[in-house]
Amino acid sequence: MTVREALNSALDEEMSADPKVFLMGEEVGEYQGAYKISKGLLDKYGPERVLDTPITEAGFTGIGVGAAYYGLRPIVEFMTFNFAMQAIDHIINSAAKSNYMSAGQMNVPIVFRGPNGAAAGVGAQHSHCYAAWYGSCPGLKVLTPYSSEDARGLLKAAIRDPDPVIFLENELLYGESFPVSAEALDSSFCLPIGKAKIEREGRDVTITAFSKMVGHSLKAAEILEKEGISAEVINLRSIRPLDRATINASVQKTNRLVTVEEGFPQHGVGAEICATIVEDSFGYLDAPVERIAGADVPMPYAANLERMAVPQVEDIVRAAKRVCHRSVPLAAAA
Amino acid sequence: MWSARSKAIGDYVKRCVCSNGRFMAGLVDHRSNPFGSSLASGVAETSRHALPFPCNMAAPFLVRRFESTLAGKQLELLHAGDADDDQALDFPGGKVTYTPEMKFIWENYVKRVPCYRVLDENGDQIMGSNFKEMSKEVALKMYNDMVTLQFMDTIFYEAQRQGRISFYMTTIGEEAINIASAAALNDDDLVLPQYREPGVLLWRGFTLQDFANQCFGNKDDGGKGRQMPVHYGSKKHNYLTVSSPIATQLPQAAGIAYSLKMDKQDACVVAFIGDGGTSEGDFHAGLNFAAVMEAPVIFICRNNGWAISTHISEQFRSDGIVVKGQAYGIRSIRVDGSDALAVYTAIHTAREMAVSEQRPVLVETLAYRIGHHSTSDDSTKYRPLDEIEYWKMARNPVNRFRGWIEKKGWWSEKEESELRISIKKQVLQAIQVAERTEKPPIAELFSDVYDQPPDNLREQETELRETINKYPQDYPSGFPF
Repeated sequence: MTVREALNSALDEEMSADPKVFLMGEEVGEYQGAYKISKGLLDKYGPERVLDTPITEAGFTGIGVGAAYYGLRPIVEFMTFNFAMQAIDHIINSAAKSNYMSAGQMNVPIVFRGPNGAAAGVGAQHSHCYAAWYGSCPGLKVLTPYSSEDARGLLKAAIRDPDPVIFLENELLYGESFPVSAEALDSSFCLPIGKAKIEREGRDVTITAFSKMVGHSLKAAEILEKEGISAEVINLRSIRPLDRATINASVQKTNRLVTVEEGFPQHGVGAEICATIVEDSFGYLDAPVERIAGADVPMPYAANLERMAVPQVEDIVRAAKRVCHRSVPLAAAA
Repeated sequence: MWSARSKAIGDYVKRCVCSNGRFMAGLVDHRSNPFGSSLASGVAETSRHALPFPCNMAAPFLVRRFESTLAGKQLELLHAGDADDDQALDFPGGKVTYTPEMKFIWENYVKRVPCYRVLDENGDQIMGSNFKEMSKEVALKMYNDMVTLQFMDTIFYEAQRQGRISFYMTTIGEEAINIASAAALNDDDLVLPQYREPGVLLWRGFTLQDFANQCFGNKDDGGKGRQMPVHYGSKKHNYLTVSSPIATQLPQAAGIAYSLKMDKQDACVVAFIGDGGTSEGDFHAGLNFAAVMEAPVIFICRNNGWAISTHISEQFRSDGIVVKGQAYGIRSIRVDGSDALAVYTAIHTAREMAVSEQRPVLVETLAYRIGHHSTSDDSTKYRPLDEIEYWKMARNPVNRFRGWIEKKGWWSEKEESELRISIKKQVLQAIQVAERTEKPPIAELFSDVYDQPPDNLREQETELRETINKYPQDYPSGFPF
């Protein structure tokens, strides 16, 4: 199942199960979704539940938050999270903080979803990763699916969750296909929010990643395996709340950590993970933590410059080796 | 006795107006003919702290520290106006007449705002139309550029389809808006585009090679390969770099215009927006503040009927965009966007108004978006093919203008075919050269983030170069380091 199909089926099932759930955004209806995620939904549920909005992120985000205050369960789609910036006041000052400010009287069961981070050749205003931005804000939950199973389980959880959820997808993953278990295909399937997944077990180094970078990390792990380094790859799945327990347990096992993210380094997700390790697992570290992040520049467009600005598999491999203090492969040890 | 006093007030007020020689908002009927009538230049002086009596005049009440002594005078004037209370309400912002009849302003207009046009579909001038004359030279340059734009669009679009560039957006159907508006402006006028106005740059001297270099993101791109295709920008040509988020350029345009005004420049700002973009909050902010600040900015709204797949009827319920101008106190006009002469004339006049009267102007052009929204769109999925074909064949702006210049004896079949052959060759060559040109050097990855590169970026660049030297096999060959 492709990630696109996974998201579409999750939307379909949740809309079917709960009449209060509705979808709105630019091009989500007649056009079947700018990335075809909402394909077929307008035909099935009608224009009252799949709303094509005019071009005003601030406008329709505000409307969505209002609908959520009233008790509906809106799913607001941003054509890309870059454009959500035009609505950020509604997201942060209204959606994230209302429950707290109203002492629990106004809750906001809303989901904001759309592509996040770099695509290919789309320049600075279409490539920003907002995981760290939203991840720093109390009141929000922030999810970053990687595989189709992640997409299904986490989106269903997000829609059912009573709190505002930021659901960060990735354009380049939409077309990727992943095997999906029978359990995951069931309409009651749901993944817990706040739990990371160990995609690949290992003994020598922990690599944390989310979204597209999980794929890169898994490829890096295969290369490292051939060179005698066994890497444990953690798919974070949830940026806020961050699964500190799983990450710490892993580092306590491997004693080494490489954090990987596409976004900018300063105040990034990796910085937070590093802090949590220093706080809870300092004594277990055999080497300083390595952070792999995007270049600290607005994303350039030219193909060669863009390639330099985003982490590649080789960067992860080299970081893992540095952290293991090895530049030549060792023979497999017990 | 009351009426005598109120007449005295009236005379006093009139004297104030005349002595300053300025038009006071709310006192003088400002419904003026948008064409031709030369209004007295000068800025309408509106006190920011509008005092609630008939005269918005700054002169006698200019200095705030005298306010306490004015209390007596104010009361006098208020009472003097009591006889008028039956007819009018003195309210902040100006006088408002009363009416005993409760009447709602209806949401629909009996008659929609008409559309100014000069040429008919064949390029014949319509009887009774007036337009700004242009020289043969200007007319031929306009036609040349419209055809160049057409070819550029067709061939670059193909290049994207062939995988040679990653993305493209065409301007098909809106060539007259692009070229004629540019022709009516001065080179000093700052342009803030949305994204479907490369014709303005073309008019101002951006070459086909410049366009191609930007689309290929090579080292000769003036934009240093930073932006995705069609996101052109050129300080030299007074054309601000295209920014993707919609409508942000509108309040920015008001701000730039205000700066021009403070600097007393003989120039204006021109901001483009599409029909869909007018739904953004920034449209409201931009227009409202341009009006309040009396900023010399022309807002050109390219109403092409579609915002990707969103049809006009789903975008707003007003009579297009032109009627929104008056709501902000902005002079507005609706123009046939497929008629180069009409666009030229309207923009020329709008510019005069903006600069000489220091005010914003709104121009709504109507011209169908013949092409897809972009190369990521297939518009046949949401609109009928014959509708697209109709506008392409029967309502094409380039054909229409050609009709006019041919009838004037300025153009012929022979010149037409020579032009087409020449332009096609130039465009293809520009693409070939751009494709072969190297990509930008690594230094451009780190430059321009700030005015001066900070230490951490300098470090990153050093580290990157070291890494590339150490592991050349990990980096693709052919990219310049």
